[in-house]
Amino acid sequence: MAKRAAPEVNAGSMADIAFLLLIFFLVTTTIEVDSGINRKLPPMEESDEDVVIKQKNIFTVLLNGKDQLLVEDELMELKDLRAAAKEFLDNGGDGSCSYCKGKKDPKSSDNPDKAIISLKNERETTYKTYIAVQNELVAAYNELRDRRAQELYRKSFTEMQANYKDVNWPGNKDKLKEKIDQIKLEYPQKLSEVQ
Amino acid sequence: MSKFKKKKSGALPAISTASLPDIVFMLLFFFMVATVMRENTLMIENNLPFADQVEKLDKKDLVMYIYAGKPSENFKQYGTEARIQLNDKLADVSDIAAFIAAERAAKREELVPFLTTALKVDSDANMGLIGDIKQELRKVNALKINYTTKKGSVFGR
Repeated sequence: MAKRAAPEVNAGSMADIAFLLLIFFLVTTTIEVDSGINRKLPPMEESDEDVVIKQKNIFTVLLNGKDQLLVEDELMELKDLRAAAKEFLDNGGDGSCSYCKGKKDPKSSDNPDKAIISLKNERETTYKTYIAVQNELVAAYNELRDRRAQELYRKSFTEMQANYKDVNWPGNKDKLKEKIDQIKLEYPQKLSEVQ
Repeated sequence: MSKFKKKKSGALPAISTASLPDIVFMLLFFFMVATVMRENTLMIENNLPFADQVEKLDKKDLVMYIYAGKPSENFKQYGTEARIQLNDKLADVSDIAAFIAAERAAKREELVPFLTTALKVDSDANMGLIGDIKQELRKVNALKINYTTKKGSVFGR
């Protein structure tokens, strides 16, 4: 008798099975969001001493229950907030800030180190608006820092921060950290929230 | 003799689909690897707001998640006001302290100072609830927080 080869298994339906699994995973996949705005809460302190801050060094932002914005006692649209915050921070009224490019208006903030943004919201304010305002204020700081970083190191601040976090970045991290801290010192983020 | 000769057809031969399973398997493996199974089943609506000045949360295991929002369709019995969700159940503001303590106890001691609280809050929730959460977090000294947002313009598309 002639030797017979075993018949080959038909693999035509393999694709169907694989497709079935593929569709299952496609449907169940949820890409988790893992980015956001980082903030630090002030620690609980029972100290009663009041720090005296000059009125001109405070930039008040008020958000009411109807999501309207009151900046320095004037109604303002959300889209103008970033520019207004930048102007306030970059004012340099007392002339001690050599890198400021503001108007040096004596009625506005003395220097970026003293300038404080105060944000107050009501219980009825929606979270969406609150985040939008936070975002604009953080953006104002970031833009000023970016500008300063470009002047000093020909690199944007966000790029430097990304490099610092990147494990594969080839440069000297200690030096980079120094540079980042220098810029953070020149434009410190002073954002206080009133409860 | 030539009676049984096969007729030669002029049509093109069919394209071999033998490599189709390989391609599909490749896609399948990609999705299997990229899939992250949800840790918590959400009982609330969680439509995150948009922002563009975002930073990435890098260490996933050092993040504690607090969800908040309106109870979703299936959980209508809990009312229409925004609620907090911790792990798998709806909670009260007063439960946050215990939740943070439990999360801290589960981590190695030297990692505790690096713990971040991620607030995943529905964009329609109101700030009263968030204020309460923040106050509670300050009480237990969990000061590093992150408002989780989607990446996009704040002014809407």
